Amino acid sequence: MTDPMLLNRELETALLGLNKVATRRIYKESGLTPTGFAEMVFMPVLDSIGDKWEKGEVALSQVYVSGRICESLLNELLPAEGSDLKITPPMAVAVLEDSHLLGKRILCSVLRAGGYQFTDFGQQHLESLVTRVHSENIRILLVSTLMLSSALRVKELRRRLDTAGLKVKLIVGGAPFRFDASLWKEVGADATSPTASGAISIIQRLIREVEDENL
Amino acid sequence: MKTYNSMQRVLASLGHQEPDRVPFFLLATMHGAKELGLGIKEYFSRAEHVAAGQLRLREKYRHDCLSGFLFAPLEIEAWGGEVIYYEDGPPNSGQPPLGSPEEIRHLVPPRLEDATGLQRTLATLRLLKQESGDQVPILGVVISPFSLPVMQLGFATYLDLLGERPDLFRRLMTVNQEFCVQWANAQLDAGATAICYFDPVASPTILPRELYETTGFQVARETLARIKGPTATHLASGRCLGIMELLARTGTAAVGISSHEDLAEVKSAAAGRLSIIGNLNGIEMRRWTPHETQAKVREAISKGGEGGGFILADNHGEIPWQVPDEVLMAISDAVHTFGRYPLTPNSTP
Repeated sequence: MTDPMLLNRELETALLGLNKVATRRIYKESGLTPTGFAEMVFMPVLDSIGDKWEKGEVALSQVYVSGRICESLLNELLPAEGSDLKITPPMAVAVLEDSHLLGKRILCSVLRAGGYQFTDFGQQHLESLVTRVHSENIRILLVSTLMLSSALRVKELRRRLDTAGLKVKLIVGGAPFRFDASLWKEVGADATSPTASGAISIIQRLIREVEDENL
Repeated sequence: MKTYNSMQRVLASLGHQEPDRVPFFLLATMHGAKELGLGIKEYFSRAEHVAAGQLRLREKYRHDCLSGFLFAPLEIEAWGGEVIYYEDGPPNSGQPPLGSPEEIRHLVPPRLEDATGLQRTLATLRLLKQESGDQVPILGVVISPFSLPVMQLGFATYLDLLGERPDLFRRLMTVNQEFCVQWANAQLDAGATAICYFDPVASPTILPRELYETTGFQVARETLARIKGPTATHLASGRCLGIMELLARTGTAAVGISSHEDLAEVKSAAAGRLSIIGNLNGIEMRRWTPHETQAKVREAISKGGEGGGFILADNHGEIPWQVPDEVLMAISDAVHTFGRYPLTPNSTP
């Protein structure tokens, strides 16, 4: 197997250059299984690209296209039935009361590239979101918002989920949370991440917490 | 020292001179509704409401502009898009009017006279001009041809188009430019003093500089040259440092600064070529105490004020509905107390 550091550097260059062919070649030469490549290469590289965006060193368009390239390659490589996907507590992604979907799109790409199973709820109003979380027994919910008014609605979402007795770990993201570092606590979320890839380590921690609660 | 009116103060600062005090823009597009005791949708339904709201806000907070801007999706409504109203925030655009990039082939710009929302904006500008004459700058706003496609197509589809369909991108820019130039010049004719060219996609937060240079930069240069009045470019909270030199070459006079960038660093990069507008964090502002507000204003003035070329404002160009009046008043008080030229060590926190 190629040196992991070198592999990651090569892949990052390929992704930021929007080079799908090089990405495929790097995978083939790695000698890794698709899930091994997703975990050991895609995830740290997407995380690094996300960090660079947060620092202003790369652009959102590069974050978006990088995620799409990784997602698309993994979709090709993994068996259609998804038997190699990670087993997690039921998890869903939604945009709350907004038509701006880019943040969710990037998050879905990162999750798919990481081999996570989840349901994409798409755009949701508060009522319909609570209903779906209930009916599908969702334990981890990732909510993306763009407008401040939508971000503040998460407070009501948290209240409704709690009132319904639903034990849901809530991760929030989007511009309002990037511009106000304490907003996620104010609305009662369990966590936030300034980048989609940064949500992965949070998900891993929350999966462990959910599993502990199930014991 | 000579006392300036708002127009003189802003012009002096944009000319990189120090007027009597730092000019400031409270771009509170929705707070006028509170002043009039109206809901947001009702407020925006009549030009008389918006003009009255703007005049009351200026009287109350003693800031240095009036704005004819209602809300961004009014433009997309003119293109056949949907506007969704909220009780506690700015109206938002709904589903993009272009269902597929292929529809760009047959796209034609909407006629201003057919767009009731845009006509309401023009009526607002006329009322503001009638009331304020040449004493106060009146701002008009256009969404740039390069950034409008986020609402026309959806962000992801637009990014895909930028990378993969240069033919459709070029056609879309041609159509959007025609509309943008007409819309900007109609606002100037109605009484706007200057046009804010709202171009968030240009920001290095969204696009790599190299891609902007071959796309949005060219579009901005061509478009701004056809707008018959001064312009300021706003990147709507996006970073600008990486494209400062390109922005200066578009012909714009000023740029809106993100709270994610250091005002002193941006001022230095602007180096007398561009004025800077910003960069109070509008999202955080919602929960600032009077003491924090004063400290933030003093910090911004100390970093950006020296030598003019600076207008204090929020970082997004639209102060959230949730920002309390007490914070807006504390901003005003702090500028009037600590923003007097020549700045002294007492101006800094």
